[in-house]
Amino acid sequence: MLAPVTDETLMRRIEQFIHAEARLQDEHDYEGWEQLWTDDAIYWVPANGADIDPEVQMSIIYDNRSRIGIRVKQLMTGKRYTQEPKSNIRHFVTNIEVMGRDGDDISVGCNVIVYESSARGETLWAARTDYTLRDEAGAFRMARKKVALVNSDRPLYTLSFLI
Amino acid sequence: MNAPAPVTRYADLIRGDHVHGSLYTDPAIFQEELKKIWYRTWVYVGHESEVPHAHDFVMKSIGPQPVIMTRDAAGKVHLIQNRCPHRGNEVCQQARGNSRTFTCPFHNWTFGIDGKLQAFAFADGYDGQDMGGLGMAPVPRVASHRGFVFGSFAADGPSLEEHLGGAAETIDRLCEHSPEGEVEITAGFLQHRVKANWKFVLENETDGYHPAFVHASIFKVAESGIGGLYGSKSTALTRDFGGGHTEIDLRPEFRKLDRPMGWFGTTPERLPEYTAAMNESHGETKAREIMIDGTPHVMIFPNLFIAEIQIFVIQARAVDDTVQHVTALQFKGAKDMNRRLRQQTMGSVGPAGFLLADDSEMYERTHRGCQSLDPEWLFLGRGAHRERDDADGYRVSHATDEVPSRGIWQHYKSLMETP
Repeated sequence: MLAPVTDETLMRRIEQFIHAEARLQDEHDYEGWEQLWTDDAIYWVPANGADIDPEVQMSIIYDNRSRIGIRVKQLMTGKRYTQEPKSNIRHFVTNIEVMGRDGDDISVGCNVIVYESSARGETLWAARTDYTLRDEAGAFRMARKKVALVNSDRPLYTLSFLI
Repeated sequence: MNAPAPVTRYADLIRGDHVHGSLYTDPAIFQEELKKIWYRTWVYVGHESEVPHAHDFVMKSIGPQPVIMTRDAAGKVHLIQNRCPHRGNEVCQQARGNSRTFTCPFHNWTFGIDGKLQAFAFADGYDGQDMGGLGMAPVPRVASHRGFVFGSFAADGPSLEEHLGGAAETIDRLCEHSPEGEVEITAGFLQHRVKANWKFVLENETDGYHPAFVHASIFKVAESGIGGLYGSKSTALTRDFGGGHTEIDLRPEFRKLDRPMGWFGTTPERLPEYTAAMNESHGETKAREIMIDGTPHVMIFPNLFIAEIQIFVIQARAVDDTVQHVTALQFKGAKDMNRRLRQQTMGSVGPAGFLLADDSEMYERTHRGCQSLDPEWLFLGRGAHRERDDADGYRVSHATDEVPSRGIWQHYKSLMETP
């Protein structure tokens, strides 16, 4: 029988996963990023606050697994003009905390800043990001990712890279 | 001695199928547009369903300035300006809510939901003062068509029905898609900002030439049938209703397809509740016609775009700062339909939308492109040789022709040349 994983080891694995996800996004590795999702995944960027009901109210992104696939495929056509040329972006992730645990699903929260440079100019994005990470045979995958932008209730420029 | 400011002669900048690039980029022209378009003509503000109950209010806008849409106890809808008549303070800071009064936090003046001044703080300092002229100012004229509320800052002028002209019928046509004959706006708005002039947005809404190219990426991966509507073989029509209102009439294509709900990429079987309610309400024959024809694709000048399954409200904030407020249309009495309307809208539009992120990229690139000096003009002549009048006397042409742009600019010129 394996020894129980210490909190610190778990925390390191979570950090490594989140940092790796951020890198795939920053480097526009769309296929690598898509592989991080579970089959029942939800990718959610709410509008008008963090606590809306996405089944009733409009969200900026509310993708199920199939729509995540479409999003990635569109980016890979080479004709998703808003990302051709691609924005130069860097994610900065801090304040990572484990918020809860339910079987193999671990709830993790963090704060994120993304710096974007594009032909329009420089845009700064800031968000509270909540993950549900599923521990599958020793590797994490994302069952849910919610990116609550601090300014989701105000006019926003195009957000077409993977946040 | 100061020379008088040069007067822009719009007839020199709008010559038939050529328009001058400065019309999109000149800040002085934008200031004149505020006076002659945004603060004069009828502008779409909001929908009555956004303030369903007495004392509901919601923050809206006309051009750069906020306007509060409210409903009073008697059910009447008001548009009032968010400015305290005392020292000019912005009174309301909430996006929406329900309140019998607005109180300015600066000196505690209190106003009714209709904007009228109800009370001064420390009233002895205003002994004998007439309160009549000291309310939060209303937008001078308010009118609605099928629940769509418009405001005009001009005290006199054409009525809303005169302004809408032939385009009013498209709103009526839209409402027929509700089993109860009513549209509702209840899903909340996305606010998508672009660093581009508002007229690029306005014109693009009924430009049937760009989808095959700008949206090729999503048409391909989503295996969407929309692309064919805007192909060179399309039987759909562009139409100029006059008054700056334009549409792309997709009905010829959907009638050819002859499949109820084909316009929405689905079938009556997948929307059983909606189909039953439509049959009940309209009778099967009429319901079938409506569900074959689909909803309109119409741009009501200057800022309401009804785009089949969603509405866009275009807000001009500065010469290069435009916000597209967008939300799913919801049809009263159509729960299963409304869910699909929201899901499809969320995928398509807003800052991350499969369609609108690419449109918005083009708006910004075009705005930057127009900074180059040569050629000074944009050429909007596509299809001029084949446009014609339809049975109602409106100019129509092929789905990809620039009849809408030419119509918009003709109306724009008449507004801007009016002192």
